[in-house]
Order: sequence, then structure tokens, then C-alpha cells
Amino acid sequence: MALPTREVVGLLSDNLRMRGSVLPVPVRRATHWAREMGLPKGGDTVLYTGMMYQIVPYLERLGRLQARLGGSPLGPYLGLARVANRAVRGFGMRAVARPRPAERSEFEAVPANVARLLVQAGVVFGYLYEDDLYSGALTYDMGSDAVVAAHAQRVAAVLRSNHVRHVITIDPHTTTMLRSVFPRFVQPYDFDVRSYLEVLAERGLPAGHRPGTEAGSSGEVVVHDSCVYARYEGVVEAPRQLLTQAGLAVREPERAGRQTWCCGGPAESLYPAKAAAVASERVEQLRAAGTECVTMCPICLVNLRKAAKGSIAVRDISEYLMGARAETKAPV
Amino acid sequence: MTTLTPSLIGPELAALGDFDAQACMNCGICTAICPLSTDVLPRRLMRYAALGMAERVRQEEEAVFSCLLCRSCEENCPAGVHITENVRLLRRWLLEHPRRLN
Repeated sequence: MALPTREVVGLLSDNLRMRGSVLPVPVRRATHWAREMGLPKGGDTVLYTGMMYQIVPYLERLGRLQARLGGSPLGPYLGLARVANRAVRGFGMRAVARPRPAERSEFEAVPANVARLLVQAGVVFGYLYEDDLYSGALTYDMGSDAVVAAHAQRVAAVLRSNHVRHVITIDPHTTTMLRSVFPRFVQPYDFDVRSYLEVLAERGLPAGHRPGTEAGSSGEVVVHDSCVYARYEGVVEAPRQLLTQAGLAVREPERAGRQTWCCGGPAESLYPAKAAAVASERVEQLRAAGTECVTMCPICLVNLRKAAKGSIAVRDISEYLMGARAETKAPV
Repeated sequence: MTTLTPSLIGPELAALGDFDAQACMNCGICTAICPLSTDVLPRRLMRYAALGMAERVRQEEEAVFSCLLCRSCEENCPAGVHITENVRLLRRWLLEHPRRLN
């Protein structure tokens, strides 16, 4: 049995409206890497994570809880939880949806890896720290436009107050929200938004930088395109160009590029069984093409890895571009 | 008996955004290519909405909210229907128009 749709959507919308995020992610932890790197606050160009990679371990934890609740007599009482959540910050959610440090560390390392790659490529940028707000992607997908419209205004105001003109994103969902959705809600919207993959592909990896085969890789990777990057934002060539420059042989699965097959992740928050079925089908397509899969979205990463059950390796593209795995771990 | 609700396709969905399910040619490519492989998503859902079958749309709430919004259907739609945005607008309509009890 699925959870009550309105209560789940309502709970996520309440959190975005009241707290600027769908789930309570500890901000100091999530921005620790930027302080360590000494990134300045704001500026003409900023790296904007939208907390997407950092939030995914919490969403995954919540998904596991939902899978248990959905089949239990507690499911209908989610309405009471929503009322309590409005009154008390992070009511219960921080406790029940708290991932273990090992589950968090890989996802928290991605923003740091991306920042290092941009520094190596000669890009000068700042960071917004506590103002690096979640994009509202999940709430927008659920149809809560009024809440997202207000949030878009809030994000635009933050960008303006930090003198930002160029935004570099690290995941497809934040990219499409800031590049294609927010301009519908905020006018004028005069921010140039690009994925770090597009920025790096334009500049090229530094000469002699061929880290792909140093990452414990066989040297051949199967590319799983994100639906949002490929079909919403047209980002198809950049990841292939970068992987090739990193010294990897790129293999294409049965469905690739603009015809990519979904990882199932978008159904995870309401219908986890359906999400798992789609992910399993995609894993079969990927496994037919190779033994190592590269993703470029945190939702794809977590869903495909879960469905693969170790049958193929699934890693984020930033890890391949950074090279040695030992260097990618963030402080726990 | 099927009840048609002209206001669904008229003022109600039009007020929410660019709802264009009326452009659907009913060819079925979208359903054939959908990763969820249901008989409702997305062609029948588009027909229900385009015909103003509000109660049918409500009955298919699970289909509406389980759509992956992956745009595989839209990428291959010969009529260029904005299927994903239509589904998102139907979600919004369902949230804003809960079923009334008789």
C-alpha cells in the first residue's frame, strides 16, 4: 500500500516553505568542505550545490522508512506527523531519517571533488555556505508550484545579495530548476546557470590529467545519462568528452543520450516498489554493456547501486574525473 | 456512466499552465516507450484530461503521481505534446481539487 499522496507532498512542501529544504540537513556539516578549501562567500561566480548530493542519503533513509510505514497501519496517521512537523522544527525527521556517517561521506565528498576540479581548470569562484539552498526540485515535480514560486524568489534574492551573476551547478535537478524553471517565477532572472560538466568540457581537463584509470577502474565505463541532463537540459556530449579526456573508454548501453532509460528514482518517495522495478530493468541494460557504470546524478547513483546489488560497480562521474578514490573522502 | 466535466480542460487546467493534451493524436508511442509499462500512462491519462473526464483522472491518481517525469514519451511524441508538464499540471490540479464527498 502506498502512503497518502497529499500528506507526503504536504510535508515536503511545508518543509520547503518554512525551512528552505525538504529535509533537515545539518548545514555546517554539509558546507564543511568549502570552509576547509577557504572559498570566499559569494562573488561573480559561485558553485551552487543546492544540497542535492548532501540530501540524498537522508531521502534514501526516509524512503526505507516509508517502505515500512506504507505497509503498516501507521501510514494513515502521516497527517498527524505533518501537523507536528509544522510546529516543531525537524519533528522526528532528523532522528528517523538520519543516515550513518558512512552513508553520508560519499555524497558529501562530491561537492569538494567538483570544487577541486574547477580549481584545477582555473575557474575562480566562491560559495554561498548557509545560503546554498535546496532548489525545490522534488516539490516542483509534485506540482506544488506556489511554494516553489516563493522559494525561487528567495533563491534569486540570495544570489543578488551575494553579487552573483554566474552559477555553476553540480547535479541535473538543481541545474534545470535554476536554469529553466526559476525564470518562469522570477523576472527579471539575469543569472547564467551552467553545470560543472559543461564548464569543464569547455575548458578541457588539464594536459596530462588522465586520472580515470587510477581510480581502481578497468578503464572502460558504461555511461548512464540522467534523464534531466539529457532530455531537459541537452547535456549529453560534455560527460563523454570529459571521461575520454580522463583516459577512459566510454561504452554506451542499449538506451543512451537523449533516449536514456530512467533510473526509477523519481518514483522512490511515493512508490518505492515501482522505482525498484524500473531501476532493475536499467541495471540489466547497463550490465549488458560493461561492468562499471558512471552516473552524473545523486538520485541515479543511489537507485542504480541499490538495484545492482553489487553486480556492477556504480560510481559518480566526479570520482572518475578526480582519480584516486582515497583522495575523495570527506571528513566524517 | 462517464461524466464529462468541460471546465476541467477549459478554465481549470488552462489556469494552471500550458496544458496541451488536446494536441495528442492518440498514436500510443508514449505508452509503448514508458518505463513504467502501465496501460494508463501516459496516453489514456492524456485522453481522460483532454475529454474533461475529471473523475477518471481522480481515479488514476496513483498513475499521475507515479509518473517518473523522465520525458522519454515526450522525446518521441510525433505531435510534440508537452506530456511531462501536462502530468505535472494534473498533479497540481489533483492537489488543488480534492475529491468532494457526496
